[in-house]
Amino acid sequence: MNLRRVTLIALPYLWLLGFFLVPFLIVLKIALSDTAVAIPPYTPTLDLSGGWAAIRDFFGQLDFENFTWLTEDELYWKSYLSSVRIAAISTFITLLVGYPIAYAMAQSPDEWRPTLMMLVILPFWTSFLIRVYAWIGILSNEGFLNQFLLWTGLIDTPLTIMNTTTAVYVGIVYTYLPFMILPIYAALEKLDGSLIEAAEDLGCSRLSAFWLVTLPLSRPGVIAGCFLVFIPALGEFVIPSLLGGSQTLMIGKVLWEEFFSNRDWPVASAVAVVLLLLLIIPIVLFQKNQQRQQEAEQ
Amino acid sequence: MKFSWISLAALIAATGAASAEEVRVYNWSDYIDESLLSKFEEETGVDLIYDVFDSNEVLETKMLAGGSGYDIVVPTGTFLERQISAGVFQPLDYDKLPNAGNLWDVIRDRTAKYDPENQYSVNYMWGTTGLGVNVGKVKEVLGEDAPIDSLDLVFKPENMEKLASCGVMFLDAPTEMIPAALKYIGEDPDSKDPDVIAKTEEVLMGVRPYVSKFHSSEYINALANGDICVAFGWSGDILQARDRAAEADNGVEIAYNPPKEGALMWFDQMAIPADAPNPEAAYKFLNFIMDAQNMATASNYVYYANGNKASQDLLNEDVIGDPAIYPSEATMENLYSVTAYDPKVQRVVTRLWTKIKSGT
Repeated sequence: MNLRRVTLIALPYLWLLGFFLVPFLIVLKIALSDTAVAIPPYTPTLDLSGGWAAIRDFFGQLDFENFTWLTEDELYWKSYLSSVRIAAISTFITLLVGYPIAYAMAQSPDEWRPTLMMLVILPFWTSFLIRVYAWIGILSNEGFLNQFLLWTGLIDTPLTIMNTTTAVYVGIVYTYLPFMILPIYAALEKLDGSLIEAAEDLGCSRLSAFWLVTLPLSRPGVIAGCFLVFIPALGEFVIPSLLGGSQTLMIGKVLWEEFFSNRDWPVASAVAVVLLLLLIIPIVLFQKNQQRQQEAEQ
Repeated sequence: MKFSWISLAALIAATGAASAEEVRVYNWSDYIDESLLSKFEEETGVDLIYDVFDSNEVLETKMLAGGSGYDIVVPTGTFLERQISAGVFQPLDYDKLPNAGNLWDVIRDRTAKYDPENQYSVNYMWGTTGLGVNVGKVKEVLGEDAPIDSLDLVFKPENMEKLASCGVMFLDAPTEMIPAALKYIGEDPDSKDPDVIAKTEEVLMGVRPYVSKFHSSEYINALANGDICVAFGWSGDILQARDRAAEADNGVEIAYNPPKEGALMWFDQMAIPADAPNPEAAYKFLNFIMDAQNMATASNYVYYANGNKASQDLLNEDVIGDPAIYPSEATMENLYSVTAYDPKVQRVVTRLWTKIKSGT
């Protein structure tokens, strides 16, 4: 019985160790190395056959130079900030679009729900890349959207949407919308309808019942949805590189440049480590805060 | 349970056996007549896996990571030079390449700059970097005497300001765009001096606001569809756009002009990685592609010149006869080439390029 318990607990930890901690340590190690013209393009590499002396020598060669470098060039913090802004705005828009959809799904008759759910999930059956490419066809100067608007006579010169930050917002909101809808729907579906009735019996208007009862009770879903959208959007590379223009500054693109154009794996790894810390610290603080609140409520 | 382990073992054995008859080629996008791929498989019985990339940087990163699994890769000369020094490639055994006699010594002399004695690579295609112009639209915007064969077209802000309305794309390749800007301001395009390189910032920043995108392959379609009216890109790609537009019969007329101030000449070289899983099959592929007829088929399709002298008799007239593809002796003199940057200068170049692209 005890063994089973230990195994059960150990499994997720082993998972985290193998798929999070070990890769992280490898990246961290590269971040502390120097570039070299070789395979792999950094030095030192660990050679265990050299015994203790080699290992000591290996650690002696690691330093924090690359992290200092990140603070010396404004490009990096500007890209981090710009990524945070783009991710935050897209998360907000996704919430504005996603919440009503989730709410409508939860309000719809029981027999419709599986179909509606299916419709939300359906786009995942097509490759993400193809769906983003499809937006190029829609948003480009000669694309469907502009042709339609020209045809209706609403505009007389094509709108430039492709290759701008607007196109990046469209791409992110479209791609991550299901990640917002599903957790909110899950929270709203569980909601006890009698609570709303009680609120209305006690004199609430429909709007204030929604505001005072439904919204607070769906909060865990909203928070989960926001995290699911914000975190991947922050490090997004594919969407800004396909839909965005050259002026769209995002840390994912900077990372790509370091890795591919400069062949500077150590600096690229340092950028990745900082990105991870920037994500993890606020999330941990937020979680702590949530926990404290919950405990206080109980 | 037992059964599945056995089948798993069988599967591994099967894939192991299959790889003996397999060659993996990593080449540039839109860079071959695809009928050659099936022809190779029929002639040699070797399975061909053909992947594509659109930037030297992507290729180089895969090479430097090691274990790419490719048997043939096609870096450009400057990149090849650096990769050779990193120990990425194996020296070629010319005894295994009976078609080596077809190669063109003029090109081999030029590629020896990157790969001394052509020890590691053979030329696949070569070309120039220049101006792709939608003639009708550009003349509509800039007037009849638009400088469509001069760097003035893309580096003079007055011209670019007007062209922005119909769309301009630049290659996302600092190692090609910065030499062009250096040429424009009368400096040595192959300069490795950070202070000289920094002088291009003013030129490029001046026209940056009018560039709709920096990208190294999208301009082919964009030019052909009429989405953009000017592209600073690779000769053959622009000529492919010209043909696609002609096929679509959409009224778009594209022309390629190497800038009269001088154009960058580059060489894409086929080489075998040191850790290629199947070098024997790689030689078969190299020798196949070095065949005069096959090379002519490829050039006739992609509109790039090749390093194969024997193929020249078999080229279509619109390839061998087009001075944009096979320049005259006089034009050849006006072409320049560049060499690899060391890591410090590379960082200066990349940083400058990021600044130009993003404004930061």
